[in-house]
Amino acid sequence: MIEAVGLTKRYGAKTAVDQLSFQVKPGHVTGFLGPNGSGKSTTMRMILGLDRPTSGHVTINGSPFRELPNAQRHVGALLDAKAVHGGRRARTHLLSIAQLSGIPEKRVDEVLAVVGLQDAARQRTKGFSLGMGQRLGIATALLGDPQVLLFDEPVNGLDPEGILWVRNLMRRLAAEGRTVFVSSHLMSEMALTADHLIVIGRGRLLADMGTQEFIAHNSAGFARVRAADTDPDGRDALGTALTRAGGRVLQEPDGALRVTGLELPRISDLAHAAGVRLWELSPHRASLEEAYMRMTQSAVEYTSTDDPRAELWEQDPLALPAWEDEQAAPEVPRAAFFAPPPPGAGGSPFLMPSHPGELASTAKDSPEDTR
Amino acid sequence: MTPTTTTPDRPRSYSSPLPSPRPHLGHALASEWTKLISIRSTLWTLGALVLTVVGVGMLFVSQTSDRDYESISFTTPALFGLMVGQVAVMVLGVLTISSEHATGLVRTTFTAAPDRFRVLTAKYLVFSVTAFTVTALSVFVVGIAASLAHGGAAAGAHTADEWLGAAAGCLYVTLLGVLALAIGALVRHSAGAIAVMLGVVTLPPVLGAMLIVWEAVAPIGREILQRNVPVALSQLFGMQEGGDLGAAPSNFSNVLILVLITGATVAASYVMVGRRDV
Repeated sequence: MIEAVGLTKRYGAKTAVDQLSFQVKPGHVTGFLGPNGSGKSTTMRMILGLDRPTSGHVTINGSPFRELPNAQRHVGALLDAKAVHGGRRARTHLLSIAQLSGIPEKRVDEVLAVVGLQDAARQRTKGFSLGMGQRLGIATALLGDPQVLLFDEPVNGLDPEGILWVRNLMRRLAAEGRTVFVSSHLMSEMALTADHLIVIGRGRLLADMGTQEFIAHNSAGFARVRAADTDPDGRDALGTALTRAGGRVLQEPDGALRVTGLELPRISDLAHAAGVRLWELSPHRASLEEAYMRMTQSAVEYTSTDDPRAELWEQDPLALPAWEDEQAAPEVPRAAFFAPPPPGAGGSPFLMPSHPGELASTAKDSPEDTR
Repeated sequence: MTPTTTTPDRPRSYSSPLPSPRPHLGHALASEWTKLISIRSTLWTLGALVLTVVGVGMLFVSQTSDRDYESISFTTPALFGLMVGQVAVMVLGVLTISSEHATGLVRTTFTAAPDRFRVLTAKYLVFSVTAFTVTALSVFVVGIAASLAHGGAAAGAHTADEWLGAAAGCLYVTLLGVLALAIGALVRHSAGAIAVMLGVVTLPPVLGAMLIVWEAVAPIGREILQRNVPVALSQLFGMQEGGDLGAAPSNFSNVLILVLITGATVAASYVMVGRRDV
């Protein structure tokens, strides 16, 4: 059990972690998500007593990390796969860490076998690939057979086989009743591994909920419906029928319709009643990635000037179909957090000035937006 | 993997079958010893120390006659190599800690052993014992070779004091290494810490020579010229400098000064390592 209360870390004027409070419970894999520079690694370092919080505190099983009687036997961590002396052999590296807490030497060979590095045990770590480094780091974390495990980006640099292995390892460790706290950028991976998510942005807590709940809260699933192209009026007829039945319809650039608010069988029935043949009727379940993008959009620290993130949304190519007379914005489920509507919402996808003077005046009003 | 054990009172927590002794300094010493002997820079620096001390010393022994030892001690031949070899000791001292900072290994170490003072103490102990042993062995090899080769009547009387002086000289070099380790812990950067240590050894003679020119600060310059590292080391190895600067300060006071400086720096390193984010 990891418990953070009001955790804050400031570096000069910059607040890396701001009033962060959360709990990581045993028996679950808890994912730790956030954009680059959002304070994930700083938080992990504070949990491990490497960095001192400016204010607030964090405890592991009830006591601060640096006061644990035998830290290595309680907590294992992989912070950085490259945090080894390149001139040392893998086994010697593990041995030197094991000796720090009087862990028996045979445990070193055990963890080497667990991570599959038996054959590389005599190699100097300088020659290790990133994937091998990650495995060695995981071995270091497992040395003390600890109850609480922290992994910072454990799948970076691993091959697909390695990623699958890490996923199974995390789940198995959690199933044994351990507390597993994993940060990662790979959303698809997190969706498969983590039962619970803690999302932060700019050092603040954005979400602390179950993975499924998070996806449901922060993204909208929809049905994609495509009327047969052979009938030019079919699409409009279908759209009208769907709208009348209470669905919300948006048109995709290639002519397909994006329907929310209606179940798939109901859409099929409506199409049948309207006499429209369908070429496609497919469910689109929102991914964790989509939910994450939506949630962290405003909390991104480093944004490319080339890439106004809208691309990630594919919202702007959607057009309101002819039968929609009002300027309705697509329904965005608003969670309790400050997730703003997507750029496409409200009819102006980008900052498109309606007259030349407008842009200049808004730029003057909001100097902060120039970042 | 180890099997799962569940206790009735905490059903959803894991407890491991591994023994769980309370870690103590002995564990950290074993770990630091493993670390020290498992990297090649240890071999290189200590090898360089032995090679220069024994190599230069033997060369000196072979080129001198019994009569030359009337005014110097048998351990003096080791001095010339040690003047160079002390740099190797200081480099090893710096690397003992700065290599952990450079690679980020220090985070792994401090995660495994959050009581940082235990780790730091182990580093100081393992390094100083190793450095002293290797330095003393190479110095005494040279000293014994000199006394065997040139122990004739022409060499005059030699007492046990000169061996004690040499031992103090080895301690002096070890202290320089410990100072280097402390500087390494404070600076956390290999090149930076080594540069500082080279400055400590090479700057004072130059500085003293400069200060002595001006009348107002001449006494300070004279003091620095008599008490800097090369002079103190020469004196410990039986080379009496003296001369126009007046009576040389005692060996004891020279060692004491280094002990005080090193002690203060080591204390600072404990404070900083305990407090700083890594």
